[in-house]
Amino acid sequence: MGELLQFMFSGVMIGSVYGLVAVGFCMVYNATEAINFAQGEFVMLGGMIAAVVFKSWGWPLPMVFAFAVISSLIIGFICEKLTFGFCRDPKVLNLIIITIGLAIAMKGAVMMIWGKFAKDLPAFTGEKPLFILGATLIPQAIWIVLISFAVMLFMRFFLEKTTLGTAMRAAAADKVAASLVGIPVRWASTLSFGIAAGIGAIAGVVLTPVTLTSYDHGTMMGLKGFCAAILGGMGNVYGGFLGGLILGIVEAFAAGWGTSGYRDVVAFLCLILILFVRPSGILGETGRERIAKI
Amino acid sequence: MPKSSAALSFGTGLKLAIFLAVVAFFPAISPNLYMMNIMGFAGIHVLICTGLNLLMGYAGQLSLGHAGFWGLGAYISGVLTAKFGWPPVFGLFASIFGTSLVALIVGFPTLRLRGHYLAMATLGVGIIIHILFVQVDSLTGGPSGLINVPSFSVGSFRIDTPLKNHYFIWGFAALGLVGAMNLANSRVGRALKAINTSEVAAETMGIKTFQYKLMIFVLSGAYAAVSGTLYVHYLNFTAPETFGFMNSVLLLTMVAIGGIGNFWGPILGAMILTFLPEYLRAYEGLEVLLYGLILAAVMMFMPRGLAPILSGIPSYFRNLAGTK
Repeated sequence: MGELLQFMFSGVMIGSVYGLVAVGFCMVYNATEAINFAQGEFVMLGGMIAAVVFKSWGWPLPMVFAFAVISSLIIGFICEKLTFGFCRDPKVLNLIIITIGLAIAMKGAVMMIWGKFAKDLPAFTGEKPLFILGATLIPQAIWIVLISFAVMLFMRFFLEKTTLGTAMRAAAADKVAASLVGIPVRWASTLSFGIAAGIGAIAGVVLTPVTLTSYDHGTMMGLKGFCAAILGGMGNVYGGFLGGLILGIVEAFAAGWGTSGYRDVVAFLCLILILFVRPSGILGETGRERIAKI
Repeated sequence: MPKSSAALSFGTGLKLAIFLAVVAFFPAISPNLYMMNIMGFAGIHVLICTGLNLLMGYAGQLSLGHAGFWGLGAYISGVLTAKFGWPPVFGLFASIFGTSLVALIVGFPTLRLRGHYLAMATLGVGIIIHILFVQVDSLTGGPSGLINVPSFSVGSFRIDTPLKNHYFIWGFAALGLVGAMNLANSRVGRALKAINTSEVAAETMGIKTFQYKLMIFVLSGAYAAVSGTLYVHYLNFTAPETFGFMNSVLLLTMVAIGGIGNFWGPILGAMILTFLPEYLRAYEGLEVLLYGLILAAVMMFMPRGLAPILSGIPSYFRNLAGTK
């Protein structure tokens, strides 16, 4: 019982981070139909900025948190303006390769500026674990789950209920029609990229106290987030978060019962099975086939 | 197409013959052995990228796990020759057979998927293959790699000097290029281009789209197998790190930078991205950043890749008119 609960705890914790990354994927996918391979790098960037600022300037944690997220958001805006904004032929495959280039460049820049060593950040409210039915729960795990869940709900609210969010969804659904009613379509893409970068940074800051962070931390995080997004249904915020949770829990059990070396095999095997059985994802729309123009 | 495909093939064939002649003379003009060495890797990359371009450029199917098939080719021949003492020729055939079989098994369910889903499935397969290289360490040597792989040999003739390797590798690359050129100008090539333009339209014209896609997937797997076999016997060593996700991306990038769907694309892209890191190495620490920026910049400002620009302005406009 204690063992089961322990796997659940670690699965839900890491799963909500995957879910958060997946929500970022959904944002960019909804606005541009491209997969943003730099999404994982923003997780790394957020964590790195927070760790460096905390260590060298000694700001209190909430300020560090806000600074890391806002600066990542701004870097996200700039990256989008400099890349997608100048792209001559915005085909989906081209956009994907541009984001891959961006991811490699970000990794290179971080490695050059802050070096190759892993950096850490203290837990938000101490390290003293709680004991529940024979399983241990670190306080940071509660923070991770609560913050991730809140961000996911906020994004859902933002997309569904606010004028800005509705405009972004309209721009994603039909670019021509959206521009006819006065929505600046280019700008929706920029905004989505910036928000996705900010969400990634949040994931990075909350996770860093548990797993540390280093320049090469982003790639696998991005891939798992991508997995989660597909698992839940690409473009659906709830789906992406649910996909992340499922992925995290499956991984935790695979690592606990099997050997940790095969943890990623189980995760990707689940993904491939889902793709065969239900390609639109758990909460994705069925009936309408998504034919991406790659 | 303003020109008939036979004429196009003749022009491409002539250019290919000139290119291969230059490659044949490369040992004479190469400044040192190190450059010869890099040229060997360039040939290996040209071969696998040509196979990937058949899949991506002609059939329009994105693969993010191609390094996995490359690694499968390398490990099958490497393990059979190093651990079981097979002659490398049999290793090569086993590697082609094994990798094609895996491609068939993987392709059968995955190629029914489209776009991002296909990308994700191939990515997953690539990562799983990569993890198996690390985990099945009794056969593969685990994370530290497979050592003592013999050089390629046919009977008692051993291909063990840089010069012999140069002609051996580029001989296979030439075979692969000629094969791809002929395929592109055949009934199959035209069917693939139709699938790339619109699967539904191709299907209504009587093209069995799924069979063609599966065939080209297996064929690009076979290209990867040969390339991997050449790699492992050239280096006499292999490690899982070479066949991870980032190298799948690198292969895709080579094709994209050269020009997706362009016969010269994979050649140009593979040559540039094999030699470029050697020159960027002078900028210690800056190389990764520069590499990423160059990649993004090429895709932004030259989305059709570098090949159309290098193959001359007239044919650039001809291509433009042909595909519009």
